[in-house]
Amino acid sequence: MPRRMLVLLILGLWLLSSLAAPLFIARSYASLDLSARLQGPSLGHPLGTDDLGRDVLARLCYGGRVSLGVVTASLFLALCLGSLVGLASGYLGGWCDRGTVFLTDVLLALPGILLAITILAYVGRGVVPLILALSCTAWVGYARLARSMALSLRQREYTQASLASGAGLPRVLFRHLLPNCAGLLAVQAAAGAASVLLAEAGLSFLGLGIQPPMPSWGEMLSTGCDYLLEAPHLALIPGAAIFLVVWALNTLGEEMAASFDPKGKAIALAL
Amino acid sequence: MQRLEGVRVSRYALARILLFFPTLWGLLTLVFFLNRAMPGDPVEIMLGENAAPARRVEMRHALGLDRPLAVQYGDYLAGLATGRLGRSLRTGRPVSAELADAFPRTLELGCCAMLLACLVAVPLGTAAARRPGGPWDATARFISSAGFSLPSFFLGPLLILAFAVKYPWLPVSGADEPGSIVLPSLALGLPLAALLVRIVRTSVGEEAHREYVRAALARGLREGTAFRRHALRNALLPVVTVAGLQFGAVLTGAIITEKIFRWPGLGTLVLTAITGRDYPVVQGAVLLFAVTVLTVNLGTDLLYARIDPRVRYA
Repeated sequence: MPRRMLVLLILGLWLLSSLAAPLFIARSYASLDLSARLQGPSLGHPLGTDDLGRDVLARLCYGGRVSLGVVTASLFLALCLGSLVGLASGYLGGWCDRGTVFLTDVLLALPGILLAITILAYVGRGVVPLILALSCTAWVGYARLARSMALSLRQREYTQASLASGAGLPRVLFRHLLPNCAGLLAVQAAAGAASVLLAEAGLSFLGLGIQPPMPSWGEMLSTGCDYLLEAPHLALIPGAAIFLVVWALNTLGEEMAASFDPKGKAIALAL
Repeated sequence: MQRLEGVRVSRYALARILLFFPTLWGLLTLVFFLNRAMPGDPVEIMLGENAAPARRVEMRHALGLDRPLAVQYGDYLAGLATGRLGRSLRTGRPVSAELADAFPRTLELGCCAMLLACLVAVPLGTAAARRPGGPWDATARFISSAGFSLPSFFLGPLLILAFAVKYPWLPVSGADEPGSIVLPSLALGLPLAALLVRIVRTSVGEEAHREYVRAALARGLREGTAFRRHALRNALLPVVTVAGLQFGAVLTGAIITEKIFRWPGLGTLVLTAITGRDYPVVQGAVLLFAVTVLTVNLGTDLLYARIDPRVRYA
């Protein structure tokens, strides 16, 4: 199926170029050459140069590498926090559960990007605050899903049996509940990867995410907007990269969700 | 029976309204603690690093930062309740005045984008659902698939390139010339249209095969009439909800669109304030965004219960 091939091709290229970026790009993403500003594609610079004469291909590969790292770290943190809080609240019930539901209701009522901007405005900018802000907005969905799974799993015989034989809270959570909802959580994480990447690019575009000289697609696109008339490739290349990767991640997430949870029931119920 | 129904509606409305206030309170508290937890001393930001210690103590007292946290929190809530948001550290004007200048611009942009998205999505989605597999269906599929992954910060530059270089018909920057709202609304509205097309298509497709539509056809109504009068009316209900709930995303999406097109709205204000560490303005703008989103969400829920009786009995 050509669509699947295209998705694999785009994601493969993204992974390969970001992992191997230091090996096959001889030029550093930060080396300036003011005599070669805003050049079009050439043999020396296959994708041209930017406003400070830096190689666009090198910056594109490193930017993808930074995005890959930020997205992976944010999703991992969000999954850990979300599943822990969700499982514990669904399993324990009572006030703990009501508190979690209230907190997640408040967070879900706000658009994610507003929360991320607020956090970045107060905490500061850079890679670590960015990961923090992205995971703070993304964990809510996983917590709701894990909570709804825990509500049904705690009634199962194996959970009851384990409790009867004297297992403590950590054993029940990590040994019985977590493995049983890990699959669905992973599917939701795959579906959420695209929106985390979009948020990262958007925040970097606004100048609140990755800070120069470290390259990122959002920041490259934002610089490109200042030179749209002289050198449109500066905006078009990172923009196309964001578009293709987000499309591929979206498609991958949809296909995974369709095969793991064909009716979309578990995820729809949780949110 | 009539009276009973009225009671049920107001109970649903009451429950929704009662949820509104704790949510708002949770948000205000979050912003308060973020404000206090930020690295760096607000007094130092205002006075600079070399200010005399006596002056700092005086400033700290004037701002109320030397009092216990609980008292500060109470003051903060009381201040908000009476509409006191403080003064901008950059311009010295009251924050409420700054917000009043910028907010209508953002609201204007958001409403235009929303209108545009509905004008594209409803006819296209309906046409696609009437003839699945036809040319309109293909167009709708393409738009929803591409638009879903096309962020406004890439769509914006593409529109500028098209309209500034190839066909210089429309102004691409600022808000002073007539027609300058067209491109920002397109950049903000088309990604939303992509989402709405999908929902209109599914919803209309489902309703069109319901028994009441077949009954209407059996009674001899023409296909177009049965479709418009019966199927479409019911099918557009979920669209209203989704469009209403997406209004928050549109408003906050405007932060990015305003930067691209140099639109002087709330987004531009908040970005300038963040860069200049003008925390009273940041806080005011974030709260205004959030209150607007919460209010529109509440309004959508109530409107939905009003136009679709099934919700009230659920």
